[in-house]
Amino acid sequence: MTSGLRIRNLSKNFGGLQVARNITLDIPTGARAALIGPNGAGKTTFANLIIGALQPSSGSIHLDGKDISQLAEAARVRAGIAKTFQITNLFKDLSVRDNIRLPILEREHRTFRFLERHDGDAAIEAEVEELLADFRLLPLANRLVRSLAYGQQRLVELALTLSLKPRILILDEPAAGVPSSDSHLIVDAIKRLPTDLSVLIIEHDMKLVFEVASRIIVLVNGAVLVEGTPEEISRDLRVRELYLGAGHG
Amino acid sequence: MILISTIDIVRTSLGGTGKLLPVAILIICAFAAFWLFPYDLGFLTQMLIMMVFVVSFDLILGYAGVATLGHAAMYGCGAYAAGLFAIHASPDPLLGLAVGAVIGALIAFFSGLLLMRAHGLSLLMLSIAITMVLQEIASKARDVTGGADGLSGISMTPILGVFEFDFIGKTAFWYAFSVLFIILVVLRVLVASPFGLALRGIKDSPSRMRAIGTPVYWRKVTAYVIGGTIAGIAGALSAQITSLVSVEAFNFALSADVMVMLILGGAGRLYGALIGTLVFMTVRHVAASIDPFNWLFVIGFMLLAVVFFLPDGLISLPRRVAGMIGARK
Ligand SMILES: Nc1ncnc2c1ncn2[C@@H]1O[C@H](COP(=O)(O)OP(=O)(O)OP(=O)(O)O)[C@@H](O)[C@H]1O
Ligand SMILES: [Mg+2]
Repeated sequence: MTSGLRIRNLSKNFGGLQVARNITLDIPTGARAALIGPNGAGKTTFANLIIGALQPSSGSIHLDGKDISQLAEAARVRAGIAKTFQITNLFKDLSVRDNIRLPILEREHRTFRFLERHDGDAAIEAEVEELLADFRLLPLANRLVRSLAYGQQRLVELALTLSLKPRILILDEPAAGVPSSDSHLIVDAIKRLPTDLSVLIIEHDMKLVFEVASRIIVLVNGAVLVEGTPEEISRDLRVRELYLGAGHG
Repeated sequence: MILISTIDIVRTSLGGTGKLLPVAILIICAFAAFWLFPYDLGFLTQMLIMMVFVVSFDLILGYAGVATLGHAAMYGCGAYAAGLFAIHASPDPLLGLAVGAVIGALIAFFSGLLLMRAHGLSLLMLSIAITMVLQEIASKARDVTGGADGLSGISMTPILGVFEFDFIGKTAFWYAFSVLFIILVVLRVLVASPFGLALRGIKDSPSRMRAIGTPVYWRKVTAYVIGGTIAGIAGALSAQITSLVSVEAFNFALSADVMVMLILGGAGRLYGALIGTLVFMTVRHVAASIDPFNWLFVIGFMLLAVVFFLPDGLISLPRRVAGMIGARK
């Protein structure tokens, strides 16, 4: 019946600290949702709970009607969820090209093959080159990721995650650290995404949020404060006071 | 038919003739060593066996980034398995190698199920502990293993029914070299495969690997089993060639030496394992005959120098030197 993500009463405690409080949320197929909130609100933790990098203290997560709460992270990724890391998490001693190639090989269930070359499949190679071109990474393709500037690494981070062709995509501050001259690459990439893909973008940059999101969820102290359209959110007094008031008034 | 497709796989995996150079160098070195040091064939053969062992550890530490101090577990079990098999079942060398390989794989699988869940210090400790338990079993089960006296009475029939083990050790040398060569080719294919790339990904960032959908634990167990299989073969080789297995096969020092040899030569590039073993064992051989008590100083000093100045190991030395000369111009 329900397609997309269905999150019910999700809670997470770190010792005495409650960083997710009874979060109930739907991210239907094709959604363009943004998750905003002050530093330490629990946004990254929420993303980690959905993808399975963290186990919730209580609550449930359903994907297309199936309970995925008990699945390990890798299994959830194979079920179609993917996320970028707020702090770039790449294969630093591999080339940019290998950083894109490896997730595609994984997506195609090939990393348990021992006798073929990892760069031997023409279709996969073509896909790698296309993604590299999309993010203007071709000139850097043979460089080790560790030798790249942080802004460039952010682009690899997004390209790598998109190469998984997820159905649910969580972007944890994808534009943070990207020079403004390149941030349009991120916006363009998000706008190019297939419409049946659900996107949850965590972002502090309100301009970017309003550009891509059709729904906004405001998280404060681990709990959903309010959820609505960008217009509703920008009109909401509590949000203006708490979040937008500071620098975006 | 099968042969042709195998050759094909190997050729495409080695990727062009340029990459055949190290293979050619290896063969030339073997012949050179054979002709230049006819009275040291025993030592050279030991070195070849150790190269098989160290290169098996490279897959685990150098590629998958899993640091253990118990690689001797699979070596020792392979040695005992091959020794016992030769005494009680069949003195055929190749069958014995297969038995060593299977036992190495089994030990790696069952210990790997536990070990690959652990990280860092606890992984080091657990891997040491497992090897100690195995050593204790080997020395207690005197009826089977000969206990502290070791397992003796191993004698082998000719390899493939043709090449008889001779007194000087010519056959043993070429036998060990052939095994090393085949294993290197197999590992070259393996590390160039999608699986090999995934191992390097795991070494770089296990958390990112999970986030792209890799069952990291099972990939590590698989790598550990492959490494263990080859370590078992190394142990079996040693048992067959020295005709003796002692509980020292499980020594902690052996596991530690393997790690030193690998770091010295350069982890994660297969040939580094060979160079590290060559240098380590040569220094030990030469320095120990000059000063049996202080030769470790030399190794320790070299290790320090490598860790500080050549973190990619001795194998990166030529490129480093070339880079420095290039920079000066
Ligand atoms: N592994 C952990 N153990 C204990 N506390 C944690 C852990 N991870 C996060 N926290 C705490 O949980 C709270 C929420 O952190 P989280 O990273 O989810 O916030 P965030 O909304 O993503 O913040 P930011 O906007 O700065 O990225 C913070 O107070 C943080 O210190
Ligand atoms: Mg965060």
